Amino acid sequence: MDGNATGQGQELLKGLRSSQKLPRMKRLPVLAMLLWVCAVFYVGIFLFFGGFLLVRLEVNRSSSCDDLLTPRDEGGRDFCRGEPRFRRAVVLIIDALKIDFARFDARNLAPKPYENKLPVLEEVMSSQPTHSRLYPFRADPPTTTMQRIKGFTTGSLPTFIDVGNNFASSAILEDNLVHQLGRAGKRVVFMGDDTWESLFPKKFHRSLPFPSFNVKDLHTVDNGILQHLYPTMEGSDWDVLIAHFLGVDHCGHRFGPDHPAMADKLTQMDEVIRSVIGRLENDTLLVVMGDHGMTDSGDHGGESLKETDAALFLYSSAPVFPAPGAQAEPEVVPQTDLVPTLALLLGIPIPYSNIGQVLLPLFPQHTGSPGAPPPLSQAEALWINSKQVSRFLETYTQISKDIPAEMQSVLREDFSRISSEFRSSAQRGLPASPELVSSLQGYLSAVRETCRSSWARFHPLKMAAGLAVLAGACALCLAVSELGDAGSLRGPLATGAGLAVGVGVAQLVAGGYSDVSWCLGAFALSSQALFLRRAWLTARGGQSKGGLRELLPQLSAPLLVLLVRCAALMSDSYVIAEGRVATFLLCSLGLYVPLRLNWDGLLLPPADPQKPLGLQPSPSLSPAVVRRESLALLACVAVLAGSLYLSLSFHGCREEQGSCQPSAFLSPLSRLQDSRLRNLHYLLSVASLAAWTYALRRWLRHYGNLNCQAPAVAAARWLLPSVSVCLALHWAVSSTPEESFRSLAQLIGLAVETLPRAAFALLGLGVGLVWLDPLMVFLKPRQPAQPRGPPLPPRYRASTGISPQAELHHLIPQLYQRMRRSLEDDDGPEGGAEGDTRPAVEAYGLGTVYSAPLLLQWGLLGLGLLLLHPEGLALSFLLLLLEAGALLHLHASSTSLGLLQGTHTGEFAVPWTPLVLWALAATQFFHATGHLPTFTSIQWGAAFVGFPKGHTGTLLPATLVTLNTFSSHILFAVGCPLLLFWPLLCEARGGRRGRGSGEEGEDVVMEMRLRERPEQFSSTLLQLAARYLFIHGAQVLASAVAAAILRRHLMVWSVFAPKLMFEASGFVVSSAFLCLGLALVMRVDVAVSRWFKRLLPEQSR
Amino acid sequence: MRDVEINIKGMVSAHTIIAFSIFIATLMPHFFVENYSVYGTHLAWLYSVSGSVAVVNITIFWLLGISPPTKKHTLSYKVSRLVKSCLHFVASCLFFHLVLVLYGATLLEAPLETFSLAVLLSCFTTLRCLCALGPNVQAWIRVFSRDGAMSIWDTCLQITTAGTLIGTWLGAFPIPLDWDRPWQAWPISCSLGATFGFLMGLLVAPGWIYWHRKQLTYKCK
Repeated sequence: MDGNATGQGQELLKGLRSSQKLPRMKRLPVLAMLLWVCAVFYVGIFLFFGGFLLVRLEVNRSSSCDDLLTPRDEGGRDFCRGEPRFRRAVVLIIDALKIDFARFDARNLAPKPYENKLPVLEEVMSSQPTHSRLYPFRADPPTTTMQRIKGFTTGSLPTFIDVGNNFASSAILEDNLVHQLGRAGKRVVFMGDDTWESLFPKKFHRSLPFPSFNVKDLHTVDNGILQHLYPTMEGSDWDVLIAHFLGVDHCGHRFGPDHPAMADKLTQMDEVIRSVIGRLENDTLLVVMGDHGMTDSGDHGGESLKETDAALFLYSSAPVFPAPGAQAEPEVVPQTDLVPTLALLLGIPIPYSNIGQVLLPLFPQHTGSPGAPPPLSQAEALWINSKQVSRFLETYTQISKDIPAEMQSVLREDFSRISSEFRSSAQRGLPASPELVSSLQGYLSAVRETCRSSWARFHPLKMAAGLAVLAGACALCLAVSELGDAGSLRGPLATGAGLAVGVGVAQLVAGGYSDVSWCLGAFALSSQALFLRRAWLTARGGQSKGGLRELLPQLSAPLLVLLVRCAALMSDSYVIAEGRVATFLLCSLGLYVPLRLNWDGLLLPPADPQKPLGLQPSPSLSPAVVRRESLALLACVAVLAGSLYLSLSFHGCREEQGSCQPSAFLSPLSRLQDSRLRNLHYLLSVASLAAWTYALRRWLRHYGNLNCQAPAVAAARWLLPSVSVCLALHWAVSSTPEESFRSLAQLIGLAVETLPRAAFALLGLGVGLVWLDPLMVFLKPRQPAQPRGPPLPPRYRASTGISPQAELHHLIPQLYQRMRRSLEDDDGPEGGAEGDTRPAVEAYGLGTVYSAPLLLQWGLLGLGLLLLHPEGLALSFLLLLLEAGALLHLHASSTSLGLLQGTHTGEFAVPWTPLVLWALAATQFFHATGHLPTFTSIQWGAAFVGFPKGHTGTLLPATLVTLNTFSSHILFAVGCPLLLFWPLLCEARGGRRGRGSGEEGEDVVMEMRLRERPEQFSSTLLQLAARYLFIHGAQVLASAVAAAILRRHLMVWSVFAPKLMFEASGFVVSSAFLCLGLALVMRVDVAVSRWFKRLLPEQSR
Repeated sequence: MRDVEINIKGMVSAHTIIAFSIFIATLMPHFFVENYSVYGTHLAWLYSVSGSVAVVNITIFWLLGISPPTKKHTLSYKVSRLVKSCLHFVASCLFFHLVLVLYGATLLEAPLETFSLAVLLSCFTTLRCLCALGPNVQAWIRVFSRDGAMSIWDTCLQITTAGTLIGTWLGAFPIPLDWDRPWQAWPISCSLGATFGFLMGLLVAPGWIYWHRKQLTYKCK
């Protein structure tokens, strides 16, 4: 036990039996209500995404050599005719080979680490200009590796929804190059990134996959390839060799392009290309390509030019290209164009769904030489290509209505006009005119553009239904928050379920299949409507008119701020600047609190103290108390504003923000070159970690929660510091540069793996202990020291256990006034007699019985989430703690100022202002922990904390990354019930004057007050949760509306859709963790009830 | 009641003069500054408006005799009041600067612009408080509460100050937009917002007081 927790006062304990008589707290109904509201939100989100996220139908047909591309055409077969130009091909894919890496500028005397590192390309091009070309190779977004592999093997455009498949890539079912090569009997040998193996299972003649997931590993894949590449090339057991190098990409992810490691990697690639060129034979084509580029920070996934523009280098030992300047060269080659080019050069059919166009410089302009089977000329290649694309278009329009009818007819007419021209010129035996070639090119480009725009296909009905469900869910939250009491859920739920089954059956009967989303939609809409109708009737029941006004909260400043926040989601500029917008609004609302209090005359003590205020001029209404409370409030505002300002320095940068520099704290320490700076950063991080732990422990000790032997207390005492030590050690180990301790490499590797795992295990243990026995109350029985005399009313005390004096001054709390009175009424005669025989009881930490476990869980969670972040963000987490504390105190101070001057009624209800502040802070710290609502900014490194060798499954890394991304949402959602408890905690300081303890004015019962009125407690909890959900739900609704309205906007895929996905996932995570927080409160309540029950027989013995 | 109406008339004329002075201050620098425009040479405009509003306000409040009655008439007392007022004004400029920085203005990039805006805001708000209430922060805080106004000038002070601050706040909204307009540069939109808010306050105050003259009961005086 801590020494400072010796109490003096003792009180008698009595009358716990009557706790049975009190109305019980409604636990399960509250949780059920919450879960239902969340479920309705989820259904709305699901419906909306079902209609909004684009789906491209895959055409599961394959081309074959015998295909007649146009039915009326009797010109013989189109594919596989004649001798192919090349018999073999080597495709070297260097992941993330940006075009800037491949260019060589001899005048650049001080090249950056990524510049001028591939001189071989320049040398070959200048010495053999007809053998080689280098083009910028433009990928279609999303620029993630799996989508790119799909794109440059099938020749079609991936859609947005494919992004999610990056970790669980499944086999490609559409017709593709690898499939066609296999059918043509070509032996395809693959080595490198194992994504290919999952995309093309069993399609390769020989395959040597290497694990790709571990981004930190720069060399395994590349060295594995290099071991096998040259022997394979020198052997003859291959026709097409595909090697996919990952080192450059991983180097970008780990260090960024501007790092010496990148120079080493590119130099290695230069040597690879050199040796491959040296081993090429005349019948072999060499393709060196990047699948996408990278941003300046080494990430990719978006659609900025830095990410889309990769390099494409083509080389053959025999001359294939025209002399430079002889023909117009394409400035940029779209990535899909590689597919028909390779197919025709290798003499295989073009994959069925291809919409790329052949790369003309690789084909001779005219087949002048009368050699036996002439290679395809440009016009012929384009003609085959066009016929294939037109066939695909016909097939696609039959199975899907994506492409608008007028566009279809335009394209069809275009094609028939070109084909008649082509046929007529072919019949006359003339070579195709340049005009014909360019009109073929124009046709192919038009098809590509049409597909690109119309594969943004939406399902408006589903979107509207999703929006309706979301709006209804928001209304639901409002109704619950304003009415407080929920009422039974059975009716709405049963009706909803019935209707859902009905819809499902009707669909089954009518269409033969049922769509789950419509069943869910019917369920959500009908149950919502019923509930809202009942709420409306209840509200009207109280008053004859103005029912709606009852239900709607008044438009006040916090709701206005929420409105501004929602409106800001409609503009791309504000979404881009979201971090600053949230900070601005938070600052405004924070400054509004004292201004509003002053306007209500609550900030200053009343002007003339002589004037009696209210009925009882109480001693605590002295100007000094009010002034102290006001000063505390102003200090909170100052802390809030200060931490807001400091948090701005942890922001990351979007591509759209041109001149923005991402925060230096965001990169892991191992990236820092300067060792002194690294040590400084490390010390700062460890200091903030220590401060975090110390603050939590100090708080618990202050309120006397660290005294007993309960497991939760052990968690607070031992687990919290030991986890911090684990974290600090882990940071130290993982930030050591690899070169410095070669001899200890094995040990370091072991530590990198075990330390975070140990921390995770300890945290899990801690949270488990908190849930197992959440009571952090120390019960100290004593012999009664009270003199015999008039039987005093029995008392509890919820001691904070600071120092004896402070304790006496602070809290001699009076528990259960009502209970005691009822006891006196009932058991009056025996009560006096038993009074002395009962031992006195002191309970330390009873005043914070709810908030202590909640706070402990919060702190443990916070440490766990911090572990998933780069080390530098420990500072930001400390700011988060500070700001959360400031917000809580701000709320508590304004409540007690209201109480002091008699305007507050002593209800528990949490008003909108602190809740909006709390929810905005979640958004603000989402940004201040370096996150952004874009896919490129996801901190993938989190998946490797504790798993440096990568994962086998996808669930665990996905969970880790989700926890990392939404850590601030999680923390603020779990801590949300603290808003309810904090004003009660602070009554110890301010002297809250509840109406329950009229005569013993100086007594403070803190959170035990909640147990006095359990019904109000549960309805307030429900109200709190409903309001918090409303604030987040309104933001989801607003971004859904923005995405729906602006679905043809230029920025929809780069700004609004990712924003919506992040907002929706943030909501899901927030709501889940809000339920977790509330469930913990319920768990504590159960434990407290049990504790009282157990106390009763013990004490009455 | 008649008293109030006379006072309102005085307020209308005073406000007209102040508003007029802002227009004059906007136009005058044409003759002194080369290539003058509100956007291009924004700081010139800003100083000109601040200065003219300050001078006109002080003169009007002095002429109308609204300033709080001084108990002593010794010279040293007057001087110390003047010094105190100046100190308060400077402190208010620094306070506004701090608040602007906390709101997200960059600390290092454009300190002069931020501070100039702080001076403008001080001229619109603090200076009027100084003129009407004297260097007495307690009184200022008292005035900005619901029952704190003791004369129509106090109510007017509430309205113009709120107008200025809300105008500045709204003025920050266009800054992140990608419209590429010259007035989106810091601090132009904010200072324009402040000026418009102040003008609106000047316009609204007499009318509002006139319409609510029955409800407005001033305790003292």
